[in-house]
Amino acid sequence: MKVDKRLFLELRPVRLWFVAAVSLGLINGLLVIGLAYTLTQIIDRVFLKDAALDEVQSPLAWLIGLAGLRLIVQWGSESSALHLTEHIKISLRERLFGHLLELGPVSLTQERSGELVNTLLEGVESLDNYFRQLIPQFFLMLLIPLSIFLIVVPQDPLSAIILICTAPLLPLFMILIGMWAGAVGQRQFKSLSYLSAHFLDVLQGLTTLKLFNRSQAQIKTIGRLSDDFRVTTMRVLRVAFLSALALELLTTLSIAIIAVEIGLRLLYGKMEFEQAFFILVIAPEFYQPLRNFGASFHAASAGNAAANRIFDLLETSPTIIDVPEPVPLPHPPFHIEFKGVSYFYPGREQPALNQLLFGIKPGQHIAIVGPSGAGKSTLVNLLLRFLEPTHGEILVNGVPLTTLAPEAWRSQLAWVSQKPYLFNTSILENIRLANPTATPDEIFWAGEQAGLTEFVQQLPQGWQTPIGERGTRLSGGQAQRVALARAFLKDTPLLIWDEATAHLDMHLEAQIQTAMQRLMQGRTVMMIAHRLHTIQHADEILVMSEGRIMESGTHDSLLNQQGLYYQLATTDE
Amino acid sequence: MSDQQITKRLLVLLIPFWRGILTAVVLGFLTIGSSMALMGTSAWLIAKAALHPSIAELNLAIVGVRFFGISRGVLRYMERLSSHQVTFRLLKDLRVWFYQQLEPLAPARLMGYHSGDLLVRIIHDIDTLQNFYLRVVAPPLVALSITLAMLIFTGWLSPILALVILFFLVLSGGILPIAAWLSGRKIGQIAVQARADLYIELLDGIQGMAELLAFGQAQSHFAKIQATNRGYIHHQRGLAQRSILQTVSSNFLVWLSIVVLLWVAIPRIDGIMLAPLALVTMACYEAFLPLGSAFQNLGSSIEAGRRLISLVDNNTPSDSPVQAVIVPSNLDISFENVVFRYGPDELPILNHFKLTVPQGMHLTISGPSGIGKSTLINLLVRFWDYQAGDIWLGGRSLREYSSETLRNLIAVVPQNPHLFNATIRENLLLARPTATEAQVMAAAKLTGLDGLIATLPEGLDTWVGELGFRLSAGERQRIAIARAVLKDASILVLDEATANLDRVSQQKILKMLQSEMKGRMVIFITHEVPKGDWLADDWLNIAAL
Repeated sequence: MKVDKRLFLELRPVRLWFVAAVSLGLINGLLVIGLAYTLTQIIDRVFLKDAALDEVQSPLAWLIGLAGLRLIVQWGSESSALHLTEHIKISLRERLFGHLLELGPVSLTQERSGELVNTLLEGVESLDNYFRQLIPQFFLMLLIPLSIFLIVVPQDPLSAIILICTAPLLPLFMILIGMWAGAVGQRQFKSLSYLSAHFLDVLQGLTTLKLFNRSQAQIKTIGRLSDDFRVTTMRVLRVAFLSALALELLTTLSIAIIAVEIGLRLLYGKMEFEQAFFILVIAPEFYQPLRNFGASFHAASAGNAAANRIFDLLETSPTIIDVPEPVPLPHPPFHIEFKGVSYFYPGREQPALNQLLFGIKPGQHIAIVGPSGAGKSTLVNLLLRFLEPTHGEILVNGVPLTTLAPEAWRSQLAWVSQKPYLFNTSILENIRLANPTATPDEIFWAGEQAGLTEFVQQLPQGWQTPIGERGTRLSGGQAQRVALARAFLKDTPLLIWDEATAHLDMHLEAQIQTAMQRLMQGRTVMMIAHRLHTIQHADEILVMSEGRIMESGTHDSLLNQQGLYYQLATTDE
Repeated sequence: MSDQQITKRLLVLLIPFWRGILTAVVLGFLTIGSSMALMGTSAWLIAKAALHPSIAELNLAIVGVRFFGISRGVLRYMERLSSHQVTFRLLKDLRVWFYQQLEPLAPARLMGYHSGDLLVRIIHDIDTLQNFYLRVVAPPLVALSITLAMLIFTGWLSPILALVILFFLVLSGGILPIAAWLSGRKIGQIAVQARADLYIELLDGIQGMAELLAFGQAQSHFAKIQATNRGYIHHQRGLAQRSILQTVSSNFLVWLSIVVLLWVAIPRIDGIMLAPLALVTMACYEAFLPLGSAFQNLGSSIEAGRRLISLVDNNTPSDSPVQAVIVPSNLDISFENVVFRYGPDELPILNHFKLTVPQGMHLTISGPSGIGKSTLINLLVRFWDYQAGDIWLGGRSLREYSSETLRNLIAVVPQNPHLFNATIRENLLLARPTATEAQVMAAAKLTGLDGLIATLPEGLDTWVGELGFRLSAGERQRIAIARAVLKDASILVLDEATANLDRVSQQKILKMLQSEMKGRMVIFITHEVPKGDWLADDWLNIAAL
């Protein structure tokens, strides 16, 4: 297992706690030696020197005193390790989520959210073993055996030599097993992530599976995936247990050599019981830190796989380039210009947008139409700065969009998406998303504008009615109306309507049209719609196909051209 | 449900595995027993050697040290392997069991649950039960048998020693774990809940990121995540601090018990047995020290168990039990005075609704959005059950059919079809796993997907991404329609299925569907007034259902 070096950098801000954890751990080890020494003294005096209980009372009291001191020291050592681990977990999880925000929603569609959440939650959690155990134990593994060696040397040099000769065998052995365990641990973390991602997909698609009578068939897949996870977990554990067994046998073997050697010398009167018993008690303590390290080593192998994933994500360069010193936002109204803008999705050879050249003047209402796949959504993603152009640039009042702070820019626009994501809270809270400081009355007003009031009043809890995830309680049209209400509430100089009217019926659409006309007054609007009659009054219509603008003009002039627009319009009517 | 009831339910699940548990207990006892014997014999060996006897007197002890030295390691290996084997088999079975319980509840009874929450249950709550099965069930039995062994050993030395050790073992094996359980119970429950909350917020943050960013709420959602994260870690710290306290005080107890034992033993027993007594006592605590942290986490385990069991218990599936397969004699559908409401305190969505659709008819149902057009489908496939009136299919009540039969007869393109994170091919094959390449391509062609597939370098084997987000909304809809067509069912229902398509494509698809589905029933639900080339046999325009 290769320990990810980036993990050690995480220790830097908490190094004092780390030093405390390790040095108190060392003191704890020394106290154990002291306890063993006192114990052997007591037994020696009673057993061979015929001491009475009264004569050993003070060492017995010492034992309690040392054990009490050890209680405090061990507590201090483990609490320090706990403290630094928490600090690192908090910081890593927050940095990781913050970084995902910089990667943006479009590039995250390449990832599985179940896997991402697993990395954020369980991946970070699995580093616990690393920082609380493995790394402190690594140092203790070096320090404690060394101290024991130094104490044993004056007592009995021969045993000390045996100890120091057998010691390197253990780490050597562990490295061999560790290399094998690393790969298996990696697989285990991947297997868990895969399981999470698959389960999430199945749970969210359960209705669809049922519609096709395929939900029962999933039992098999779920059984298989769970079993895969079990098998890989068992594989990791088997390696861990096997290496523990090997370590234990090696330890036993070394202790046996020492025991025979001291036993024989004791038998022939060449050694005192006092020393022999002390060495017998202390010899397992010599190996204990090595074995502890071995045990945590395996527990941490999943953490290592998680660490790789976490740091790789953190090092992925953000899609939305953060501007260190953003140019102040130009004052509305906005004049937006697309100057030769192209966009290529990673892995697709054809451009999604090809050399776009057009402008949106302040207050202009521009409409974009075209067959699906023409690049309309990509255009919206660029304007929202979820993507940055591959070539060319977008100017706002002459200032390149990339030099503005994304937050500041987005505060100037309202967006109604194709598939609005509704959060698992009340209708009220879902609308409030657009403006957290809005009063309930303002929210009711926005809902009213979007034509929600009548529907909401039928619900048992009115505006407070919780809506399921992805708005499962709401019909498509109602979900869109919540999205519209958000736009009404946000009240920005720039509006983006992405197929906003696709799910609304005629009657409602007419209602919203009126409200929309009011809202659009004096604002810059970009509309993407399929209902051509909703865009007849647009100042300019851009007709897109395969990433290019094929035609542009007003409704009437485009009809006269008898081109693509004419084709779309005639089938519509 | 009380903790006792949950514990009982969790224990019942172990019954099929009783052999494995028993093996683990026996092996656990033998492992720790070996360890005690090893320490005892080697201490005795050294003590005896100090008296300079003949080497023959030590031979048996030397053999004993070797034997116990090896058996301890081997037995521990076997014990760990067998207990983990049993536990992970059980967890795997639990996952499948939980899914089987969940499946009939969808979608009606699961509406109130966030999928992130369900995911936490099926993955992490089940994982949390590991602690219960590995550390709470077998180890106390091992500790009990080790207590007996210790009583025999010390009682043999001096009965009063047996009383002393009994006191300390009850303290560290009984009282401390119970105290740990009580102190960790509440906070463990809170931590399990906090983890689920954090999961949901992270998932909302990732899947709803576009909305959060666009409305400038990413930072405030981030702040919410930070608060939940810190709360979660705070509760974990509470648990960990208690567990540290528990460990260090148990370690202290070990030495305290040795001091008291020596105090009592020194005037009473042979000096040669003092060293074995001390070392055997030290070794026996291996059976008791882990109990504290195991019981500390019992609160979390029980809470995890509660989250699993309560979800299953509180929801009775809307599906009727599996009935004999009935083949309808014809495919006429009629709604007769159907009354339906989503909740007992809500206004009815359908109020004495009547509709008859004869076999093979192509029908358009239009009406304003939100008046319950989609509800008709949910009732037809029995996702929900109506409260009054009846729906007839082929002259029999819908309730007489198994839901499986109904879903075989009816293909639905829902308003928000779910595309799985798989290839286009796999998403299509979902409808009919046995379909040939030609059949798949024919369905794709019908919905105009062939053009898209031709431009993709990997064709049908292109990955669609999570929720199909690598495709445009129109492309996703085409796949959903192709999937329903591929199913080749007798009844096809389309719910706003072409809303994201442009007018030209929409008309093309509808026209092709018309000829494809000739003689079979098609119900086309839309909020628009139908026009153009879509020539339904009948058109039902409803203002209210």
